[in-house]
Amino acid sequence: MTQFTQQTTFYTEDHEWVTVHGDLATVGITRYAAEQLGDVVFVETPEVGKTFKKGDEMAVVESVKAASDVYAPLSGEIIDTNSALADSPETVNEHPEGEGWFCVIKFSDGAETRNLMDKDAYFEFCKGQ
Amino acid sequence: MSMNSQGRPTSPSAPSAPPAIETVSGSRGLQQREDLIFETGSTTKTGVDLPTPKGGMDRLGGVTRKKSVGLPGLSEPEAVRHYVRLSQQNYAIDLGLFPLGSCTMKHNPRLNEKVARMPGFADIHPLQPQSTVQGALELIDQLATWLKTLTGMPAVAMSPKAGAHGEFCGMMAIRGALMARGEIETRTRVLVPASAHGTNPATAVQCGFTVDEIKADARGRVDMEDLKSKLVDSSDIAGIMLTNPNTCGLFETDIREIADLIHEAGGYFYCDGANFNAIVGRVRPGDLGVDAMHINLHKTFSTPHGGGGPGAGPTVLSEALADFAPVPFVVEEDGVYHLVEQRSGEGSDAFGRLCAFHGQMGMFTRALTYMLSHGADGLKQAAEDAVLNANYLQSRLKKVMTPAFDGYCMHEALFSDAFTAEGIETLDIAKAMIDEGYHPMTMYFPLVVHGAMLIEPTETESKAELDRFCESLLSIAEKAKAGDESLKGAPYLAPKRRLDETQAARKPELRWSEPDKIAAE
Repeated sequence: MTQFTQQTTFYTEDHEWVTVHGDLATVGITRYAAEQLGDVVFVETPEVGKTFKKGDEMAVVESVKAASDVYAPLSGEIIDTNSALADSPETVNEHPEGEGWFCVIKFSDGAETRNLMDKDAYFEFCKGQ
Repeated sequence: MSMNSQGRPTSPSAPSAPPAIETVSGSRGLQQREDLIFETGSTTKTGVDLPTPKGGMDRLGGVTRKKSVGLPGLSEPEAVRHYVRLSQQNYAIDLGLFPLGSCTMKHNPRLNEKVARMPGFADIHPLQPQSTVQGALELIDQLATWLKTLTGMPAVAMSPKAGAHGEFCGMMAIRGALMARGEIETRTRVLVPASAHGTNPATAVQCGFTVDEIKADARGRVDMEDLKSKLVDSSDIAGIMLTNPNTCGLFETDIREIADLIHEAGGYFYCDGANFNAIVGRVRPGDLGVDAMHINLHKTFSTPHGGGGPGAGPTVLSEALADFAPVPFVVEEDGVYHLVEQRSGEGSDAFGRLCAFHGQMGMFTRALTYMLSHGADGLKQAAEDAVLNANYLQSRLKKVMTPAFDGYCMHEALFSDAFTAEGIETLDIAKAMIDEGYHPMTMYFPLVVHGAMLIEPTETESKAELDRFCESLLSIAEKAKAGDESLKGAPYLAPKRRLDETQAARKPELRWSEPDKIAAE
């Protein structure tokens, strides 16, 4: 099983970031996604204990423009969620890649990170959007 | 100076720039100021003067109201003025071009209203003996015949009360058919293109299916490669829900192939008929391989809608699904019309009924009036004019604005925000349209286009009106292209300026409280 002894951040084509350390992955949406969405007004984070397969709809983020699904970047079990987002969804706009995190997944297969992007690849990907 | 016999001037004196006028009343000329109804009326006042009943017996078993519920009381003229004044702050199809198009409401011909108010249609009750409402039943049957003829489909369920209700009806019929085949447990996946209406995936989930999204291709249509890849293992396919023309305002050119692929996979083809108004009289969905499609009577057949009236979403069904339609439906035998309330035979218990009675009678009357007053050729021309008007707008507006896709559109023209300068958004353009006296277009939808602006003028607008609209929008688009920051403050001339949508969503205030209480908080 792939273990990450060093903290590493990956990005998905659906504009999620995922920071892995050990067998835990913290997930949120990228700054680019937050800017595209505009003011976030509601976040529905997944329940602790739920399990998802990579690519499953895991959370919902709603802005003044649109409601979007957030997909599980890795398969695994939710072990923590950012409950503060319920009362202060603006955190997602203010600190999308920090305090605005959505949840922590205890992932089951580290090899699934293989088709995720690193920072440079994601930057190039956004330029093409 | 011209003057009348009393020496009063009858022509205005030389115009000058108006001073900034603050009025005592708060009204602006003929636009009346209006407070909230709680501030206009008083809880101690009532608009009706009834004597207190004497000697009446309380039959409420001790639950009589003991104190006032705090509703404001107004006299009739106060109540009338309140709502007429509020209506001055609104926009309506009767005031001007409505770029939301038939999605909200297109012109409601007044003849429809006249016929719907005829006592024989307006003053009947669904529980009357059927022998006393033969004309109304015949009208339902005639409308059903028109719908079946126009769509090339053998059956129609008349009772769905709105487009989404019609989707529900069609997908429940598909469920019924899958149950009859013994495959309801295994066939659970419904394909929904990214360019479908937002209600489609919701309906599929509501009916117990899972949604699998198909990508849009660079032409704004179903990505056929993606579709085929989703059908490699097709044992769990229940069907597809496709909107045609789609929400990008484009005809799905591969629709026949899509229908064949779905049928080969053992699934059914639900078509969202919300945009049938673009093709009515030109294309019959039955010829395209559609198994079920709802028809929004307000979109295609001009009934009122959008806060103005109830919807109606009759759903046409193919031979494969006809047995799974809900009850009741009208049948004619020897010139006598009956409502069939119970079904027998295959699928008789698959569905049941969608609502208490037979559907939205008032809308049926209006829709059939529209059909009969236009005739088959007139309906076809309405669809052609809707498409012509949208393409005229597209060709004029694309001189500044960026069309989302190449080529001709159907009944609506879609633009992206690619032409705007950094910092100017679709929202700013929409708000500036209010200053020009127009309702904004559909914005940020469909999601497959960045900063989408979707404009549907409908068939009823004249070239002169289309030109006036284009000139207004082009002047705003030029400003957006040049990065004119003044757009960020629009609207300037509306009764209410730009609202704080973010705070309204994050911290909604859903109750009125007395102004001095708000100040004290």
